[in-house]
Amino acid sequence: MAELSAQASQPAADARSRSMSEGLFGWLLVAPAMIFIAVIVAWPLAETIRLSFMEAGLGGEKFVGLENYEDLADSRKFHQTVVRTFYWMFLSVGIKLVMGLIGATLLNAAVPGRALFRVLVMPPWVIPMAIGCIGWLWLYNGYFGVLSGVMMKLGITDGPFEFLAYKSSAFYSAVVTDVWVGTPMVTLFFLAAMQGVSRDLYEAAWVDGAGRWYRFRRITIPQIMPVIVSMALLSAIFTFNSFEIIWILTEGGPRGATTTLIIDTYKVAIGNYKFGEGAARAVIIVVLLAAFSLIYLFFLNKINKRYGVK
Amino acid sequence: MMDRYSKLQMVGIYAALAVFLTFILLPFFEMFMASLRPLEHLFRSPYQFWSDDFSFQAYKDMWVTVPLLGRYIFNSIFIATSVTLITMFFVVPAAYAYARLQFPFKNITLGIFLGVNMFTGAVLLIPLYRVLRTMGLLNTYWAMIVPGVAFLIPTGIWLLRSYLEKIPRELEEAAFVDGASRMYTLRRVVLPLAVPGLIVVSVAVFIGAYAQQFLFAITFNQTRELQPLPAGLFEFIGYQSVTWNEMMAAALVGVLPVMLIFLFLQKYLVAGLTAGAVKE
Repeated sequence: MAELSAQASQPAADARSRSMSEGLFGWLLVAPAMIFIAVIVAWPLAETIRLSFMEAGLGGEKFVGLENYEDLADSRKFHQTVVRTFYWMFLSVGIKLVMGLIGATLLNAAVPGRALFRVLVMPPWVIPMAIGCIGWLWLYNGYFGVLSGVMMKLGITDGPFEFLAYKSSAFYSAVVTDVWVGTPMVTLFFLAAMQGVSRDLYEAAWVDGAGRWYRFRRITIPQIMPVIVSMALLSAIFTFNSFEIIWILTEGGPRGATTTLIIDTYKVAIGNYKFGEGAARAVIIVVLLAAFSLIYLFFLNKINKRYGVK
Repeated sequence: MMDRYSKLQMVGIYAALAVFLTFILLPFFEMFMASLRPLEHLFRSPYQFWSDDFSFQAYKDMWVTVPLLGRYIFNSIFIATSVTLITMFFVVPAAYAYARLQFPFKNITLGIFLGVNMFTGAVLLIPLYRVLRTMGLLNTYWAMIVPGVAFLIPTGIWLLRSYLEKIPRELEEAAFVDGASRMYTLRRVVLPLAVPGLIVVSVAVFIGAYAQQFLFAITFNQTRELQPLPAGLFEFIGYQSVTWNEMMAAALVGVLPVMLIFLFLQKYLVAGLTAGAVKE
């Protein structure tokens, strides 16, 4: 680096470095990041695939072929986990997108104080998830959490209600927390997209007598559609892989009610040292996510064509 | 005018904003309230919204209950800072290459980088555990730094690339025509112009690094002295009793550094982060 930084007027150094082709220089710049990712992500991924054909634990490894996959294919519990994971993803992402649209619309409204409101929306996104979850852990507590307290005061429940103790309430509580974590980012991106929509469009529609709802439906939504669809995919991948929220709130319980694929994989592999069985689950996660993304991108292309977006 | 709202509409907007912000801020409010209540009062049922024995005692006691608390906060900041510096070292040249240069397999390799975003650490934990063990990095700071860097490089490249694309090409071309080498142009022409973008991306990476520590810490590190705050906080549980009020106080104190950074830079940060998503 030192000799390359020599003054531009020194012809000798120039001739050497200028002769470097653009292609070679490009690779030189990308290579360090590439190698790092290869060692820390690509190689472990290959290892995961190899391990998924092994019976592996702390003791050693033994090749078992497709046995790990066959076990999963036969397991009713695992089928339920897959279905639950997709339900978790669609539900949570759906709510996040709706909340994000509502939030962005509100924050985009020309009312006094909006600069402050925009800042106040961000904290859940900025702080570590694990710490936000501790707050929710407290909120969901039946004896001293405010939610149960308010419900008792209003007479909805007679006694303390432990949100995380029952199968269905634990699942939906986890969804609410996940929505809480994910909504600020979605809101922020939608807001930025809305601000990018040309005012001329709105003014033209306004002159023609179009109301707010009409303008929202016919101008805002189509204009920010590219951002909505890309946020939906990004958000779906995050939610599918969401680990910390569920782990801190319930560790996948009660009785497996909040066990998604990621939680299941973690419990099997790291909790029980069944590396092979865990690896098979990890491979299935990657395959499912890749399949989902491809199908999604396929439909995205169609939608984009319909809306005339490149 | 088009943007004017009637009184009723204004009330509606503020009411909806109030509901929205209540949802967002409720956990923080509840954490703060819990941190003010004396422990024996916390477990009083039925729930009482207000009580007259609020105090900041927990903010003093927490340092005694978990003596390493200060260390945990330091660890969090230290790990996040290291991750940020190392990530930027990899991201800056790569982002420049993707923004400006033509080279073989450019689009494919960019796609691979972005594909990394699909796997969170959780999927790769098992082999990653072994890689780190082979390298002898388990139970060191590196065990939390190295995976952190890997999962932030793609995001960093993506964000910085869209920023660099906005810098006018003419300046580089002029330098190049004047006989400057490629590396010289990058170092002396492009990087100084990109400083605002570098700051935005660094802060985004820092926030990401601060947020993602939990999983790597509980899986790859057993050394108590090295734990970051999100993992260390759970020490408040597992003593004879759970000192919830001190745990809440510690959590709030622990997020203060990132909140302050965010507040100072939020205007630039928000604009910079969303620039990639919004095409003019």
